[in-house]
Amino acid sequence: MLSSTIQIETKNLNVYFDKHYVLKDVNIKIPAKQLTAIIGPSGCGKTTLLKSFNRLLEIHDEVKISGNIFVDGQDIFDSKGDEIPDIRKKMGLISQKPYPLPMSIYENVAYGLKIHRKKTKKGELDAAIQHYLQEVGLWNEVKDRLHDPASRLSVGQQQRLCLARAIAVEPEVILCDEPTSALDPIAAQQIEKLLLKLKQNYTVVLVTHTLRQAKRLADYVIFLYFGMVIEQGPAEDVFNNPKNPATIAYIKGDIS
Amino acid sequence: MDVLNRRTVEEKIFKLFMIVSICIVIGSLVIIFGLVIINGASSISIEMITQTPTPGNALGGGILNAIIGSLLLALPATGLACIIGIGIALYLQKEFSHPGFANFIRFTLDVLWGIPSIVYGIFCLMIMIALGMGSSLLVGIFALTLLEIPIITRYMDEAIKMVPIGLKESAFSLGSTKFETAIRIVRRQAFPGILAGILLGLGRGIGDAASILFTAGFSNRIPTSLFDSTAALPTMIFNLYSLPSGQPKAYAAAFILLVVVLLISIISRVLSKRFMKHVIR
Repeated sequence: MLSSTIQIETKNLNVYFDKHYVLKDVNIKIPAKQLTAIIGPSGCGKTTLLKSFNRLLEIHDEVKISGNIFVDGQDIFDSKGDEIPDIRKKMGLISQKPYPLPMSIYENVAYGLKIHRKKTKKGELDAAIQHYLQEVGLWNEVKDRLHDPASRLSVGQQQRLCLARAIAVEPEVILCDEPTSALDPIAAQQIEKLLLKLKQNYTVVLVTHTLRQAKRLADYVIFLYFGMVIEQGPAEDVFNNPKNPATIAYIKGDIS
Repeated sequence: MDVLNRRTVEEKIFKLFMIVSICIVIGSLVIIFGLVIINGASSISIEMITQTPTPGNALGGGILNAIIGSLLLALPATGLACIIGIGIALYLQKEFSHPGFANFIRFTLDVLWGIPSIVYGIFCLMIMIALGMGSSLLVGIFALTLLEIPIITRYMDEAIKMVPIGLKESAFSLGSTKFETAIRIVRRQAFPGILAGILLGLGRGIGDAASILFTAGFSNRIPTSLFDSTAALPTMIFNLYSLPSGQPKAYAAAFILLVVVLLISIISRVLSKRFMKHVIR
């Protein structure tokens, strides 16, 4: 069914928030080096699914998870608590509202490199930071004020900074949780372009509530409805020949 | 037309109300400073802050002993309150405690915050007597620590609690450990709020008289050990004012105390602003 290798696979994944049953027996496969869009009406569990991949759900105490998630064939729930940072490191996260770290632009990108002891010499670090800021098209806008607080950037710039910060850790996967919903149309377009570029080297998983964005960007689509996977497959198949009545209704715009 | 008239009158009355309120606040500040300066002008001199009272003449010399006493009381007390406060504040976060119990502790702290400082003073006096100790720097520090803990802790708690979950998620998703997230990210984000609490506690400690009246005692000399009695600016003012013809000097001492408190406020503003610039909203 899929030509490329599988990066992330879930088996009977169930997630509860207190007594609220959020994800129900989710079985999905996410292909490597492609852009997978998770679509569905709001409140259907898209973000929950995304944040289960890097065990970010577990910072909330009230969450209960059962089932398996395999990343590169390895069950991430097999690893012990102190290995969780290594799992998370494999996946960058871009959230709905950008949260730059409370430090300078430079320090934001340097943070991951520093905590993982990747680049330690000043010259190497400077070069790496320039490289990652160029990757997200931010270098020219910030090169003269690298030591300004990141909080002074516009929201769109902050989102690109978050992307630079994420790829600086050299992840394999980039998880995006509605990354353009807080942005103006031009900033949103920049992010979309970047995601298309990044999918050549990274596996991109994009949660989006705009069907049109999914149509523009996705290679592979997962449709979630009330916490269940209703349909998944290559984008053309899901968008052009949806099989399930719920998918048909969602794509027609009858449910949102 | 009538309705419009009524609404404009309402607007005007409310505006007047606001202006009067503001005038009362600013006016009191100006009047307090004015009175203190006018009444103390004759006694304000460089000797006030460079000399201790002349032996045998409480009105001679300066009040250096009280200035140093105040610092020796308030700075260690603030330090201790910070150490205890950060422990409590961290425990109050949902990572460490049951929310119901945490709220109970918060309520307790708020009650403690409201307890008048004379009660802390008497409480420490009782312990002091039970232990057979005399009034001393040590007991004074202890009383001020108790007074400052609720203020500093509640500020720290609020500051840490306000760190957005999205920011913590960002830090975790970059592969940070819990410790790195706490030390490198949460601390930076919460620091201006924590600092505000610390300086507020310090200001309260330096200005409070009732809690140290019985516990730190009074002395005309600069304390040389933790077990010496010591004067502080508030108790010095009290003491001078009760002496015959001591008022001008009491006002001069009050002026110095006001300046110290004002300096703490200004420093707190400046530092907050410096650390605020990185804070993510």
